[in-house]
Amino acid sequence: MHFAKGAVPEDYLVYIRRKYFWIMGGILFLFIMLIYSISVGAVEVPPYKVMQTLSGQEPVTQLDKNIWNIIWNIRLPQALAAIVAGAGLSVAGVAMQSILRNPIASPFTLGISNAGAFGAAVSVVVLGTGKVQSTVADAVIINNPYLTTIVAFFFCLLATGIILVISSIRGASPEVMVLAGVALSSLFTAGTAFLQYFADDTQLAAVVFWTFGDVGRVNWPELEIMTGVVLLAVIFFIANCWNYNAIDAGDETAKGLGVNVERTRLVGMVIAALVSAVIVAFLGVIGFVGLVCPHMVRRVIGDDQRYLIPGSTLFGGILLLASDTAARLIISPYVLPVSILTAFMGAPVFIYLLLKGYKR
Amino acid sequence: MILSVEELEFLYRNRKILHEIAFFIEEGEIVAILGPNGVGKTTLLKCLNKILRPKRGAVHLDGNNLFDLGTMEIARLIGYVPQRVETGRLTAFDAVLLGRRPHIKWDVTEKDLQIVDSVFKLLSMEKLRLAYIDEMSGGELQKVAIARSLVQEPKILLLDEPTSSLDMKNQVEILAIIRQIVLEHRIAAVMTMHDLNQALRYADRFIFLKGGRVHAQGGAEVITPKVIEEVYGLPVIIGEIAGMRCVVPGSPEVALAHNL
Repeated sequence: MHFAKGAVPEDYLVYIRRKYFWIMGGILFLFIMLIYSISVGAVEVPPYKVMQTLSGQEPVTQLDKNIWNIIWNIRLPQALAAIVAGAGLSVAGVAMQSILRNPIASPFTLGISNAGAFGAAVSVVVLGTGKVQSTVADAVIINNPYLTTIVAFFFCLLATGIILVISSIRGASPEVMVLAGVALSSLFTAGTAFLQYFADDTQLAAVVFWTFGDVGRVNWPELEIMTGVVLLAVIFFIANCWNYNAIDAGDETAKGLGVNVERTRLVGMVIAALVSAVIVAFLGVIGFVGLVCPHMVRRVIGDDQRYLIPGSTLFGGILLLASDTAARLIISPYVLPVSILTAFMGAPVFIYLLLKGYKR
Repeated sequence: MILSVEELEFLYRNRKILHEIAFFIEEGEIVAILGPNGVGKTTLLKCLNKILRPKRGAVHLDGNNLFDLGTMEIARLIGYVPQRVETGRLTAFDAVLLGRRPHIKWDVTEKDLQIVDSVFKLLSMEKLRLAYIDEMSGGELQKVAIARSLVQEPKILLLDEPTSSLDMKNQVEILAIIRQIVLEHRIAAVMTMHDLNQALRYADRFIFLKGGRVHAQGGAEVITPKVIEEVYGLPVIIGEIAGMRCVVPGSPEVALAHNL
């Protein structure tokens, strides 16, 4: 059968163009936010100076050298980590919500953050990698951060692996995956509580500290790994946007459209879990972004994955960067971990959007 | 012959659901699959486009063996409208555009948009173009689902109870559209149905399933009180109203009393 005499309707093109504008606006806003975030803090750097430094201008005076150091070694990696982590968590969240057909799905629905926290607890309590430092600003340090990260990452992967095994036995249905994730979350939470109960004060502090997700923890090498993983995941999810649209229309519709639903679901879940695992292992637990950011974007852009996936990626980055900037400023010179601020900033906005309903 | 099914057998957890199913469909034909709830109508439909894999038997589609074709190739040949479709915050246009999925390589092309537009015109639903499907009525949503299967440009349409959730006007409207498209574009449609009267009006041939087997098949002549009672376990009377054959539940005594 063939259809020939159609035209491309103008009103539809206008409607699509509006979505592009939102995304373009988001990119612009993210850039402005990045410059602002780098310029503010204990040492104020004027925005033009930030731009000069970022564009590669060599420092001349001693003051310039200090600024160069602050920007390149402290603020830029932290700001980029916030963007990358926010984008990664948000894109993993939007994929999970589609794959699991569940609006409260997020990277953490599958027990990944709890598994990471348990891994950190194992590392600190059993392998003895935690100790307390006496400054107030950074009260606890973990004296072997790499081992802690690796153990945390291992347990994140373990959680994912268990869910995959359960899914392969019982079929990759969304219900099985969500329920297995809930069960695992509880299991790892109990495990962490068990370790904490037997930990001494120092270890307990280190474990609790680890769970406060903080984008200030990473430096360039870790940032590079995170960026690589998040970038690949975003490309993967964007390339699969039509498959997710199809799954959103119902499994049977998707199958009728030639989509291998089970495989799409399984592979998508593994990728989302990997992204979350990398971010959790490096930064600790940062909730809310992955759950709520996709819903915020839905309210504005709609459920079409072609725009929802890039939109969520972008606004996840914006939300976490904004939260981190606020976390650095709010009780300056002390710096809050961003995980405390994300919910404080995001929840009111989200509730407002819920009350307001969809944008037409 | 556009589709032929031979000796199809389907097992679900070692329980035989369908056995020895054989039939064929010609171009321009609508075939109704009839039978009581749970007899395997939907299962049979899903075996025809490889959503389910039969244990035994063959399905030939336009000369190709269905099981040699990839899922995307099948999706370019067969459109499928399931009983239930999910909604979301999506315009009808985008929801229908999804039907181009089997043809899209990287991104939507101008041609894809034109095809979607022409199907909107064909089903006279231009006004619904930018309506959100999560705000639609059951009838509108069903039209969107059918439009989605049409933009696949299939040779065969599989429809699982296309009218079960619709009011009488929408039922007639949708079946008439399917009838018209099947004839004009020389494709074929297979639909599962519950309403025998609608089947009589719009289908060319009928397949009655009973106990997972084909109990009877053929043209309108197979629809007799005897066959229907055997399949559904319900006595019926078949009469004529305004030149159209109608099936109503009723015992032979009632039929006798009214000279039917």
